[in-house]
Amino acid sequence: MPELTPTIGAFVSIEKAALQDILDALTASGFTLVGPTLGEGAIIYDEIESIDDLPRGWSDSQESASYRLQKREGDVYFGFVVGPHSWKKFLFPPRQSLMKVTRENGSFATVEDAGPAPRYAFIGVRACELQAIHIQDRVFLGGAYEDPQYKARRQQSFVLAVNCTEPGGTCFCASVGAGPRVGAGFDLALTELERIFIVEIGSELGAMLMRNTPWRPTGAFELQQARDALAAAEKRMGRQLETSDLPNLLYQHLDHVRWDEVAQRCLSCANCTMVCPTCFCNDVLEVSDLSGANVERVRVWDSCFSIEYSHVHGGNIRPHTRARYRQWLTHKFASWIDQFGVIGCVGCGRCITWCPAGIDVTEEIAAIRGEV
Amino acid sequence: MLNTITMPTELNPDPGPMRTHPARIVDIQEEAYAIATYWIEFENEALRASYSFRAGQFNMLYLPGIGEVPISMSSDPAQPERIGHTIRYAGNVTRAISRLQMGGVMGVRGPYGSAWPLERLEGNDLCIVTGGIGLAPLRPVIYHVLRRREKFGRVYLLYGARTPDDMLYTGEYEAWKQQDIQLFLTVDRADPAWRGNVGVVPMLFYHLRLNPQKTAVLTCGPEIMIHFVIHEALARRIPKERIYVSMERNMKCGVGLCGHCQFGPTFVCKEGPVFPYAAIEPFFGVEEF
Repeated sequence: MPELTPTIGAFVSIEKAALQDILDALTASGFTLVGPTLGEGAIIYDEIESIDDLPRGWSDSQESASYRLQKREGDVYFGFVVGPHSWKKFLFPPRQSLMKVTRENGSFATVEDAGPAPRYAFIGVRACELQAIHIQDRVFLGGAYEDPQYKARRQQSFVLAVNCTEPGGTCFCASVGAGPRVGAGFDLALTELERIFIVEIGSELGAMLMRNTPWRPTGAFELQQARDALAAAEKRMGRQLETSDLPNLLYQHLDHVRWDEVAQRCLSCANCTMVCPTCFCNDVLEVSDLSGANVERVRVWDSCFSIEYSHVHGGNIRPHTRARYRQWLTHKFASWIDQFGVIGCVGCGRCITWCPAGIDVTEEIAAIRGEV
Repeated sequence: MLNTITMPTELNPDPGPMRTHPARIVDIQEEAYAIATYWIEFENEALRASYSFRAGQFNMLYLPGIGEVPISMSSDPAQPERIGHTIRYAGNVTRAISRLQMGGVMGVRGPYGSAWPLERLEGNDLCIVTGGIGLAPLRPVIYHVLRRREKFGRVYLLYGARTPDDMLYTGEYEAWKQQDIQLFLTVDRADPAWRGNVGVVPMLFYHLRLNPQKTAVLTCGPEIMIHFVIHEALARRIPKERIYVSMERNMKCGVGLCGHCQFGPTFVCKEGPVFPYAAIEPFFGVEEF
């Protein structure tokens, strides 16, 4: 084993089994490992302990309204794309206690949920998903008010990213500039080749983890192989999206007949917003005991597809599916840019795969562009 | 070697923007049917002393186990230690507030949102146009003007309610008139004692001669009323940059983190509720937007 520690920006090669050494080092450092694993008939994100929990030898086949697990050839750990889960379920949990409120002496006292935030190591973060995390950073940490719950989890998370060399049928990350190559903001980034992982060192922490892992410098041929695989992946995206001038396109077509047409198909079920790695809308529930003296304020995911979402006294602003679908699409592809300086879509294709009606955002936008 | 990476576990000391502060009801003033003004003071003395707000902003009022509701301040911004919220009993939270009595406690956090740009409007005539409970977020404007009446030109208040009994703050009208605020009132349905106008608020514009060079319109009320107020103001050549609109959407967190109050590119709780009409023109009046 070389005595030198690889530096930030370096590429090193490890045997596939040596990924276990990295995981062990993370566990020893107090991280809870979460990563892709088989469950619920899909590849989901859950706590893992070893590389044996990864969906080695499995792939997925995705189309609009269709997701199928498949066995695949070769000793491949990350030979699939993204499933119904995203990392937001760990950084911005679907259900999270914010505070406890206790009525006492005619007044009340508040205690924020101040338990130690879990320290997660995310294993297998794709480029689109890393971009989604960066987008949620802007939402929760970039404005005048920071979200302390998100911040506590985010600032101590570890990101082991994976480059995508085999995009899926509903992927279009290349169109929105989110992938397939992992850009920045990771600790370590893997590229999986036939027998080895190429590891790109992204942070001081990542470099330190490599100290106990047997590595060797990556050869020029291996690097070229990885580059070629990524370049090929970019051309094999299952979907494409023309992104030029999207805000104006959508703002100028708020009365387009396509909204009525898509509303005929949309069930307003909110699946797209649940699987979307950037959707952040949330509500706070009052969970009270029977006496009403002890109340827990619980933050839950909400969706612009629910009718109560737009409720004001006297009614709902968006009673019809047409308006709710339009709100979602214009938010992702237009107003998000005004609000956060970045497009709200990372091209992961989840909303297309998991829409029970098979509605495809790339197709809807093309239709509004007049291309269909 | 690896223990060097162990980071200190963060015990988050920041209570975050959702922390609400107990405030005691010190007075309740019935204003009209199912509308009352709740005067509150923070229990925490330091907060009572440091709190301030600007005309047009709102607070999130909270009842444990019931929920939160955004309510504009309707009192004088120059007296922020005792804050007035005029509330119409309309939903779960406001109905629960209606069951509170003097000495009762609610949670308060704020102030949030944008304000009427009163400093910038000095030297202008003000045309305040409002209907129903829409007068509540504009009463602080009137108080602000009364304290520095000489800094503004003519000041008109165009106000409408369903019936004469539904009009808010009627006990103050004489005092306002005495300081040269011109009131034009209308009702949808008159009673036998009513001698004033009957009809919708925008029609009151026909009583005025406005100087478009130096008039600002400030409006709050039902969106359909605002729609026609804008129409009348533009017809009188008042530029859309000087028409200010207080919008209503479902504000749940008040700090731009929950998504509910989006109105096109804006979060009404953050960039609003007060907008220059020029900023929202492409989206205003779009059906169900």
